[in-house]
Amino acid sequence: MKKTVVISALAAALTCAGAVGPAGADPVDEQLTIDGEAMITRAKAPEGHPFDEVLSGWLFRTVETRALETDSFTNPGMLEVETGEALWNKVEGTAGKSCASCHGDAAESMKGVAAHYPKWDPETKRPINIELQINKCREKNMGAEPYAFDKGGQKPLTAYIKHQSLGMPVSLDLSEGDMQSWWDKGKERYYLRTGQLNLSCASCHEVSMGKMIRADHLSQGQINGFPTYRLKQGHLISVHNRFRGCIRDTRASYPKAFSDELMALEVYVTWRGTGLSVETPAVRQ
Amino acid sequence: MAAPKPRVKVPKTASAGDIITIKTLISHTMESGQRKDKDGKPIPRKIINKFTCEFNGQKVFECDLDPAISANPFFEFNAKVNESGAFKFTWVDDDGSVYSSESKIEVK
Repeated sequence: MKKTVVISALAAALTCAGAVGPAGADPVDEQLTIDGEAMITRAKAPEGHPFDEVLSGWLFRTVETRALETDSFTNPGMLEVETGEALWNKVEGTAGKSCASCHGDAAESMKGVAAHYPKWDPETKRPINIELQINKCREKNMGAEPYAFDKGGQKPLTAYIKHQSLGMPVSLDLSEGDMQSWWDKGKERYYLRTGQLNLSCASCHEVSMGKMIRADHLSQGQINGFPTYRLKQGHLISVHNRFRGCIRDTRASYPKAFSDELMALEVYVTWRGTGLSVETPAVRQ
Repeated sequence: MAAPKPRVKVPKTASAGDIITIKTLISHTMESGQRKDKDGKPIPRKIINKFTCEFNGQKVFECDLDPAISANPFFEFNAKVNESGAFKFTWVDDDGSVYSSESKIEVK
């Protein structure tokens, strides 16, 4: 029996699929499928949105980076999702419970949940995101230590929970509690110019969307794929880390993770991606 | 770091003579041996140094890995299949551990 063996460089095989160069800096017109499931990467913008169409950051990446996300086997972020699954079932704290003790199978109980976060939390009277919801559960129901920002199992567990909503469109209920006023505050923050470079979020992700900023192709700055696997760091990056990184890059001092400022920004920026599929864990540059 | 866990993706069925694509991934830190810990002491090298794939006992693919290979090494390669059988994958660790995985394929 004769067998042929060819080492195929993934990149080389896919280069013929489409040419991306600095000249063609428009988002690509392609369909993202993950393990054969179609994702929504273009959606009609909600009323009051500065764009007509909201676009996933996937459309702005190179052929090779885009390809990584189409197969959950090649998506390096999936390793951390697996870690998150183990954490879901891990008993911690004085109550002797795991997430699964109350919520059972995440594939059922968490399906679609993260697509509607941040939500209004009537107890703390502020919006709550998945990270803080995990911490709340750990403290109140499990008797376990809350995770510090980006530490412990925070990123993998958040990614695992968000991954259960893969493909489902993002939508927020702004009528809950004071969500609307937090949205307003987030919008203000989005358009606030900061730092020595005097840039706002909108300077790059709205006014210059689609242009090249040196070697980087500016997207709409959507957060539907967070925590996202960034090739630059080689691990998962949380939304608040990304917010802080962006603000730092304007050469400004940056707010603390989960501060009022950044929670408001998360509400507003999530809303800007209304209708896009949850892509967690997305793969980006 | 959890124990290395191999993952493979092989089609379940194929036609005789088909060239199939095989993807493999193993979670492993691939500690290069060049780094130092907080106290300035070198962290000993611990990498996967060999990967092989056999089909029905016959070698299909083999390679040596060196310290520059990144964590969680991923391989993608093609193989021509003429008969049903099983692919056996093995990863050899510096500490002598051998991790393996097997995938069956039915050729129609």
